[in-house]
Amino acid sequence: MEQTWRQAKAAFAAISIPPIAWLLLFFIVPMAVIWAYSFGENTGPVTIDFTGTFSNYMRAAEPLYLEIFWKSVLVAGLTTILCLLVGFPVALAIAFASPRMKAWLLLLIMLPFWTNLLIRTYALIAVLREQGYVNFTLEWLWSNASGLMTLVGLQPLGEFEPLTLLYNNTAVVIGLVYVHLPFMVLPLYSALDRMDRSLMEASLDLGAGHMRTIMQVVVPLAAPGIASGILITFIPALGAYLTPDLLGGTDSQMIANVIERQFKRANDWPFGAALSFMLMYLTFIAIAVQALVQRRSERRR
Amino acid sequence: MADVAHASSNAPAPKPAPHVKDNAIIRFENITKRFDKVVAVDTVNLEIKEGEFFALLGPSGCGKTTLLRMLAGFETPTEGRILIDGKDVAALPPNKRPVNMVFQSYAVFPHMKVSDNVAYGLKMDGVAAPEIKTRVSEALELVKLGGFGDRMPDQLSGGQRQRVALARALVKRPRVLLLDEPLSALDAKLRDQMRSELTSLQEKVGITFIMVTHDQDEALAIATRCAVMNRGVLAQVATPADLYEFPNSRFVADFVGSVNMFEGVLEKDEPNEAHVRCPELAATVYLDHGVTGARGSTVWVALRPEKIEMHKRPAGSSAMKMEDAPQGANVVAGVIRDIVYLGSETNYEVELEGGRRVKTFRSNLTRYDQEDFTWDEPVWLAWHACSPAVLLS
Repeated sequence: MEQTWRQAKAAFAAISIPPIAWLLLFFIVPMAVIWAYSFGENTGPVTIDFTGTFSNYMRAAEPLYLEIFWKSVLVAGLTTILCLLVGFPVALAIAFASPRMKAWLLLLIMLPFWTNLLIRTYALIAVLREQGYVNFTLEWLWSNASGLMTLVGLQPLGEFEPLTLLYNNTAVVIGLVYVHLPFMVLPLYSALDRMDRSLMEASLDLGAGHMRTIMQVVVPLAAPGIASGILITFIPALGAYLTPDLLGGTDSQMIANVIERQFKRANDWPFGAALSFMLMYLTFIAIAVQALVQRRSERRR
Repeated sequence: MADVAHASSNAPAPKPAPHVKDNAIIRFENITKRFDKVVAVDTVNLEIKEGEFFALLGPSGCGKTTLLRMLAGFETPTEGRILIDGKDVAALPPNKRPVNMVFQSYAVFPHMKVSDNVAYGLKMDGVAAPEIKTRVSEALELVKLGGFGDRMPDQLSGGQRQRVALARALVKRPRVLLLDEPLSALDAKLRDQMRSELTSLQEKVGITFIMVTHDQDEALAIATRCAVMNRGVLAQVATPADLYEFPNSRFVADFVGSVNMFEGVLEKDEPNEAHVRCPELAATVYLDHGVTGARGSTVWVALRPEKIEMHKRPAGSSAMKMEDAPQGANVVAGVIRDIVYLGSETNYEVELEGGRRVKTFRSNLTRYDQEDFTWDEPVWLAWHACSPAVLLS
């Protein structure tokens, strides 16, 4: 089959030209244009000269922007760690569920993808705001506890102070973890599901408890899955735009928000382009690190 | 229980293996395991003695693996008790049981060196580092993998990986070693070699081995005693020779080895003689022993192919009947319809006058034996009166 395809060069070309043309026209060319912009200068409201200057990159390397890059890395990193901590037990539970249950649990993990991100983020606002469901619940608990204390003759707790859960860095991390959890759970699940069960049984049989089996056998063998889970959580979290925009405060903007401002309000496309490519280089580094880890663990087996 | 009289009078007493002791190390008491509504193991009662090399034999899905996994602690019996050394192990998780397992896939940890694989169980038990080192190298020597300690599992062949799994289990000095289809993943040559190695290894370490297998040759070759299982029930527990020569049911006779089975009616049953009228043979089968069945009841005559002798028959001389044969011998006439030459022996299929086909194996004692008989040749088939097993179920 493969052979005949190779021989039918015309047919092969005919079906591969449209996607190649599409990629070229709508991906490679615009990227090249933006890349070229990053070496250009604004000469008027809508005109850009390609001067070959590095000034945009120099400006992007200023402490103000480096700090935002660094902060984005920290927020994305924290998000990834939290996703891993929450996602690993979830993935483990799904991998060990009965086949029927497994299908339902996977559906539950995928379900958020079927809803628009914007709607999900506004829903999260409804949950986290001062007049939101978290605070409603806390207030209800508070007043009941207060009533109970009066009943047993103690001082009541006083007025309930709603927690400020929105428009700060915590809100951004909560939102990012919520959005990116499926990205972590799915690769972890596929790694754990593929794993030979008899390896875990062998560990139990040889005298290890469940916790030690997980740490000594399951985690090392799931390492490639963990690495790819980390990567595909970290990359989109690093470039997150909507979540910090809607849930964050003035001090919680991430790099994507700065880039957006350059292209829109500041109308400084060359600088925005330079920032975009800095973000992309960061992403490449992350991918390179993952590939290195992967190769090392493959060499080990 | 057919052939009881036969088994007790004619069967040679099983040769006791010197390292088998009298105490029951494992005891299954009324063990039943149900998965939802499916009964995987059905009221099994079984005793395994210390030092035995015991085989659980049966077709796939007969419950043998479930029985083994209950012993290891990976499955919980729905009913009944399992005793190891007289103690009920129901409450013990797998990591607390004095048994270790060699998995069908070997389950060698791919991310650990061979020596770390073998040391794993000892580390879990908190054995001191210097002792671990000596015991690991001893165990690797035992399975002939000395010097392989620093290899990674992917640098080993399938047979070597299995040795690692064996060493890893034996290094813990378990009371019982469980082997799940230990030879099924090896190629034919290696399988033969591992058979004898497993036997000598077991004699050397003196640990009770329990093996699960679907391969009757393997069970007969290795085990000191076998349990044949069918649909969750123990069909027969016996030594390999008794299993083959004195099966207690059609299932066992058919599952262990090759067999010709004839349905018949028991016409005469006396302590030293029995007659079974078999319509398919158009003859009466004579036996030199009683079968303890009711006269007129339906029984089955099981006759192993290698126990049938084949003689040339002048064409047209089919008039000879069993009644004409010398006392104690059974003779029927037939024509060779199929010949399969296997080197060490030749398998023939002989069609009787009624159309029934009978298998017979003939050893090639000289280099020209396979030329003695040819297709469509008329032959006599004869067997001794002590050769067939008579089965009541």
